[in-house]
Amino acid sequence: MTNALSTAAAELDEPRRGTGTARFLLGKLGGAIGSLLLVVALGFLLFRMIPGDPVTTLTRDRPTSPEQLAQLRARLGVDQPLFQQFLDYLGGLLRGDLGTSYGYNRPVSALIGERLGPTLLLVGTATVLAVALGLWLGVRAAWRRGSLFDRTHTGIALTLWSMPQFWLGLLLLIATQGVFPSGGMRSPDTPPEFFPQLLDVAHHLVLPCVTLLAVIYAQYMLVMRSSLLGEMNAEYLTTARAKGLREDLVRRRHAVPNALLPTVTLVFLQFGLVVSGTVTVETVFSWPGLGLLTYEALRVPDLPLLQGVFVVMAGSVIVMNLIAEVLYRVLDPRVRAQ
Amino acid sequence: MGAAVAAAALVAGPFVPAAQAQQQGGTVLRVALVQEIDHLNPFLASFASSTMVGRMTWEFLTLPSAEDNTPAPGLAESWSTSPDKLTWTYRIRDGVKWSDGQPVTAKDAAYTFTRIMTDENAQEANGTYVENFESVTATDDRTLVIKTKTPQASMTALDVPIVPEHIWANQPNMTDPATDSVPVVGVGDGPFLITEYRPNELVRLKANPDYWRGRAKIDELQFISYKNSEAAVNALKNNEVDFVNRLTSTQFDTLKNAEGVTTNQAIGRRYREIIVNHGAQTQSRQPIGDGNPVLKDVRVRQAIARALDPQTLVDKVLGGYGQTGGGIVPASFPAYHWEPTANERYTFDPAAANAQLDQAGYPRGADGTRIGPDGKPIELRLLGRASEDFAQRASDYVISWLGAIGIKAIKQLVSDNEVDERTNNGTYDLAFSGWGTSPDPDYILSKQTCAALPAVAGSSSSTAFFCDPEFDRLYAAESTEFDPAKRADFVKQAQARYYSQVPSIVLDYDNVLEAYRSDNFASFTKQPAGTGQIMEQSGYWGFYGATPAEGGSTASGGLSGGAWIAVGAGVLVVLVIAGTAAGRRRKSADDQE
Repeated sequence: MTNALSTAAAELDEPRRGTGTARFLLGKLGGAIGSLLLVVALGFLLFRMIPGDPVTTLTRDRPTSPEQLAQLRARLGVDQPLFQQFLDYLGGLLRGDLGTSYGYNRPVSALIGERLGPTLLLVGTATVLAVALGLWLGVRAAWRRGSLFDRTHTGIALTLWSMPQFWLGLLLLIATQGVFPSGGMRSPDTPPEFFPQLLDVAHHLVLPCVTLLAVIYAQYMLVMRSSLLGEMNAEYLTTARAKGLREDLVRRRHAVPNALLPTVTLVFLQFGLVVSGTVTVETVFSWPGLGLLTYEALRVPDLPLLQGVFVVMAGSVIVMNLIAEVLYRVLDPRVRAQ
Repeated sequence: MGAAVAAAALVAGPFVPAAQAQQQGGTVLRVALVQEIDHLNPFLASFASSTMVGRMTWEFLTLPSAEDNTPAPGLAESWSTSPDKLTWTYRIRDGVKWSDGQPVTAKDAAYTFTRIMTDENAQEANGTYVENFESVTATDDRTLVIKTKTPQASMTALDVPIVPEHIWANQPNMTDPATDSVPVVGVGDGPFLITEYRPNELVRLKANPDYWRGRAKIDELQFISYKNSEAAVNALKNNEVDFVNRLTSTQFDTLKNAEGVTTNQAIGRRYREIIVNHGAQTQSRQPIGDGNPVLKDVRVRQAIARALDPQTLVDKVLGGYGQTGGGIVPASFPAYHWEPTANERYTFDPAAANAQLDQAGYPRGADGTRIGPDGKPIELRLLGRASEDFAQRASDYVISWLGAIGIKAIKQLVSDNEVDERTNNGTYDLAFSGWGTSPDPDYILSKQTCAALPAVAGSSSSTAFFCDPEFDRLYAAESTEFDPAKRADFVKQAQARYYSQVPSIVLDYDNVLEAYRSDNFASFTKQPAGTGQIMEQSGYWGFYGATPAEGGSTASGGLSGGAWIAVGAGVLVVLVIAGTAAGRRRKSADDQE
């Protein structure tokens, strides 16, 4: 993979700047900002359509006077007209203020900030492993198309892909019976030094990471496989073979780099989605990340928190999309030429 | 780097013993906490798990005894009332110290109650206890005087943690997140002290060495967060935790046979009910909502009660782990619990229910559904929480039972939030509900009085919109009666009145299902003695009384030998992978086209 990237980068060394690139970047950036605004507006409206008055949710099981209710409404700003609330929200957002969580009584941005780390660790590790595993299996499967290896691995990948994450997680939990921790990110009594802590977190990471990996590697494998199959009859491979190159070099230096493009973009496209898809895995393994925060916010329901998580998650998908599009252009000269 | 860590972990994992949790040289009780913690600040804490942590940390004036829930001395060693029953004097125990060394005095107690009375933000958790207070003063270090506006019988059941004034007086804003931090909540006088709080991960408490009843037999208490009860059960089986509660009947049955595990089945403090919208209204008697008017007829409500079979629900839906109900005070509080006599009881009898409806003048229409006074077939909406297993499964039984007496019921399983909203606004006919009760019956009865009706539509307070002068009279008599036997009698009469009017149908009292590692812990104190629960008590007896088992696990802390081997193996794997990759690169670099 590194080879492919450096090959592509080498081709870039030649300066080929122009108004085309600038316009392209501006256009994409504009599009991303537009989508982000749409997401913010949609999120704002969506969470106001959920049945239930936030104030009565907060005062559940407690006797409250109409004055107290009115006071609470004013404090939360829900007594304002909807449009005014939206403007206030937008204004806050521009200042990096996502509002205050009802349930925790703390700034939403701080809550999300705390949880971002664990989720990125989980999703990052799972993605890196899934990409490595998926690409490797995909290349092997395509190169030996129709072989037992190909059929077995395609079958396994498809089966895992279609499995509910929740169920798979519980299955792994019960099957490994005590080898790995049942939940959380850290044990209570690990010494505070760096190395024991690292090992402890890694130990806790195994099961959630494997669960996530098992579900997401399939698509990398399948895309890599089909895209390599598409390259395999190309004439440049015949040329390479005619030059007398060894078969594995033909594959590694010529076929794979060309077939890599769709997969690389897929990695970035998927990364954003995986962040938002961690709700189930984090809930099964009590992993203190964004997914778990969403789950908790949904149970209250904690509108500002839900809205904040929604914006951050949707934002991550949009940003990753943008990166994928730009990267595709960088990696593939054909796209640039258009 | 991420890959390297994960690779190391994947290899290392199997060598690291899962139960390397016990700390060196002490007994640690590790409790799985399935419910989250909302606040540690005792003025705000309202979730059961958070109030439980508060009970461990701050002593009460008095608390329900472990034996039978009768008031036992806490911070107050004795108490007395004036002849007019309006002035209560508590004698504060001498020699009790806060964990920072300051003495605990009556001034701390006066400060705690006054703060709740005067600071609106401090009323969130315990505001109801002080509503009837006129004044709270400390006449000297050991004497606390509380004056009430009207006589109040529940003055020996004030479930309010007393906090140190010298710490909390420095917290002007009760909603400041700093009030949940260890420097503030760590100063206490209860059996355990909070030493670490990692939100959503862990609350760590250590035994208070100076606790006035004596130091606990265990050294440390950990509440470890699990968001998934299956994972918590798994953790108990694997010896990662020692205690799990809120089990489902299936989980409980599997744990019954698990090695080294003991289960505890106790009568619960909650009742389950179906509330009947018999005319939702506000305090000013303005009707709200759109309940079916046919339910205003008490004969219809009684017929519905006769058409249901709670025993079947207990057997089939709760797996037998429940007890069919009578009054709204559960059987776990025998002094105040009321059961209808054979004559009064609405036994499951569809024929009698049909006869009652025939007599009341609701003839059956062409399709067998009874016709209401408005000439339309009687159709009732049955509201339940989609998230709740009980509502999902019980609703089908209820619908078929009602069908048998000619009432068509429509299942409406919706989000928790929508259930709250609709029950508050009276836009339902029947709804699954339930309530947790405390040893003193005053609070749960007060929820059924006219005074508990909502001020405006949508504000919650009443459970079933019950408002009945006869019930209110019995409630008033109960709450001002100081003779225990007479008071209990009024409490029972009030429940009988409630039962006869059927504002709700009490289905059962769920069992509390708990399990613990009996190879680590020999026993816990139950409340009430013998049949009670261990974890969510009204008191701290359960974990305070935890007795370690002989030779229980007190494994050493730090990294085990296996872990170090695992670390080595992980590093080796990473080196091999990196080496191979480097080697391959060099090879391909040599092999230029």
